[in-house]
Amino acid sequence: MLTFFAKRIGWSVFTVLLATVLVFSAIQSLPGDAASQILGQNATPSAVATMRQQLGLDDPPVSRFVSWLGNALQGNFGNSLVSGGSVGAEVGSALINTSLLAGITIVIGVLLSLVLGLVAGLTRDRWPDISISTLALVGMSVPEFVVATVLVLLFSIYIPLFPAVVIAGQNASVAEILPSVWLPAGALICVLAAYIIRMMRTSVIDVMDSEFVRTAILKGNSTPRIVFKHILPSAMLPTLNVIAMNVAWLVGGVVVVESIFNYPGIGTLMIRSVQTRDLPAILLITVMSALTYVVCNLLADFAAFLLNPRLRYPRSAK
Amino acid sequence: MSATTTTAAPAFTAPGSFGRVVRSILKSRTATFGFALVILNILLALLAPVLTSFDPIATDAMNALQESSGEHLLGTDALGRDTLTRTLFGGQYALAISFTATALTVLLGSVIAGIAAYRGGIVDDIITRVLDSVLAVPAILSMLVVVTIFGTGPWVIILAVMVVYTGGVTRIVRATVMDVLPKDYITAAKARGEGMFSILAREVFPNVLDIILVEFAMRASWVVLLISSLSFLGFGASPPTPDWGLMVAENRNLMSVVPLATLSPIVALATLIVGLNLAADGLAKSLGVDRMKEVLG
Repeated sequence: MLTFFAKRIGWSVFTVLLATVLVFSAIQSLPGDAASQILGQNATPSAVATMRQQLGLDDPPVSRFVSWLGNALQGNFGNSLVSGGSVGAEVGSALINTSLLAGITIVIGVLLSLVLGLVAGLTRDRWPDISISTLALVGMSVPEFVVATVLVLLFSIYIPLFPAVVIAGQNASVAEILPSVWLPAGALICVLAAYIIRMMRTSVIDVMDSEFVRTAILKGNSTPRIVFKHILPSAMLPTLNVIAMNVAWLVGGVVVVESIFNYPGIGTLMIRSVQTRDLPAILLITVMSALTYVVCNLLADFAAFLLNPRLRYPRSAK
Repeated sequence: MSATTTTAAPAFTAPGSFGRVVRSILKSRTATFGFALVILNILLALLAPVLTSFDPIATDAMNALQESSGEHLLGTDALGRDTLTRTLFGGQYALAISFTATALTVLLGSVIAGIAAYRGGIVDDIITRVLDSVLAVPAILSMLVVVTIFGTGPWVIILAVMVVYTGGVTRIVRATVMDVLPKDYITAAKARGEGMFSILAREVFPNVLDIILVEFAMRASWVVLLISSLSFLGFGASPPTPDWGLMVAENRNLMSVVPLATLSPIVALATLIVGLNLAADGLAKSLGVDRMKEVLG
């Protein structure tokens, strides 16, 4: 088991590294660079050249990547080519805001969808299932920007409960942002929940057909005991992967929602950084997102390991 | 690769199996409904020039911001363009780009998967690792980068979709191809001296066609979502293209004045994706493919 996880972690590190290399090389081929972006369209060629030199854009790409990597490993991700401030601090504050949004989304979304999925699975083809499944299908079929637009229409125009956009800037404190977190979170929950509900429902139905549940029923166990002791743990197992995938998806999903609500998080920063060719910021965002992706996958593997006794022993050779 | 052999082609699909799949889809009410929605969307898009006499792009300031009327069934937007017309033509745009992008993605992903699985060893390792790294970059970031490098236009969006989704397709098709490769008929084909591409095209792909079809149906709904999100953010279709995502973005601020201008593209988008989802579900069920496993890869 240890070697299995050591290997997985090794590959994960490699994946993150390769992802940064890919993004780095892609940004290299962008027409125009930060120097011309900062100076604007009317800059003289010599001013652009000086700027390029100051920013270190003249060095060969490979040596720039290696020096970036060396600094990054020491926790120094460089300065933003646009604002001049430390990228680490900039991304850090955006990350805190996004974590707040993502945290609320994940906690509410996962709990809600596990319960709804369980109910749907237990009441298969009866009205609770049909209504939950229909809602989930709609949630899957409507893009985040549509959910967000409808939520704004309902809860800030018709019933003015929440602000439609975040006015607080990038450096606002958590207390300032909290009131405006609920609408974006609601939009994300709708999309996130849809997939988890569907998966949970399918696996509850699968588990209910299995022999150990039938045995538990025949033994005369009480319904709550059967549901929570027998069905729930086994049904959670395949659902974990979907949860992990969706949490990794959130990193990208927040981009659209954040930009609609002008929420000062990672997504808004990502769009701005690509527009201004701010390489250090883009690279750090890539590292953070890729890390989230691999960590979610590792956690799902690990949780599956804990929940599924069959995986704890080495599998027979294929 | 040797010259094409004249030996009998492998059983492509059992005779009548197309009919069987169609019948099993028709038996399921939800699947039929899904296919009906998709076909309705395609018909409305194709018939757009017949169904309406307005121009989707030409502006008409005299008739801006109108509510529903006999002349403009769904009203007009801020530039006086007929909302119904733009929604119908938006369907043409969405369907053409999404289906082309999905088809090319699934094709490329399947070919890469076939090569990776067939060659195995280091080739397989490299392909798998590189594609996994692409998957680790958030889809929207990859798309933004592609669009910023190559500018806008339908082919750039198609390329961006390919960058984002080829990895996922490859992962799933590769796993299925791995199951097929040890079969006797593959060994026989190798013994006949057939080359890799011949084996993949004539023996392997016909036998994983069900997975590839389901993959196409499933991805199509995601691609429609992704492309419209990109347009909504302002990185996809550029105005005045009648694109659904763009239409929502343009009319969102006027929601209290002309709600129909925002709601029409939303409803169109939702029906198309609900249809695609139900159709994919039905197709998966009648082909005996576990769609949830598909999602997990």
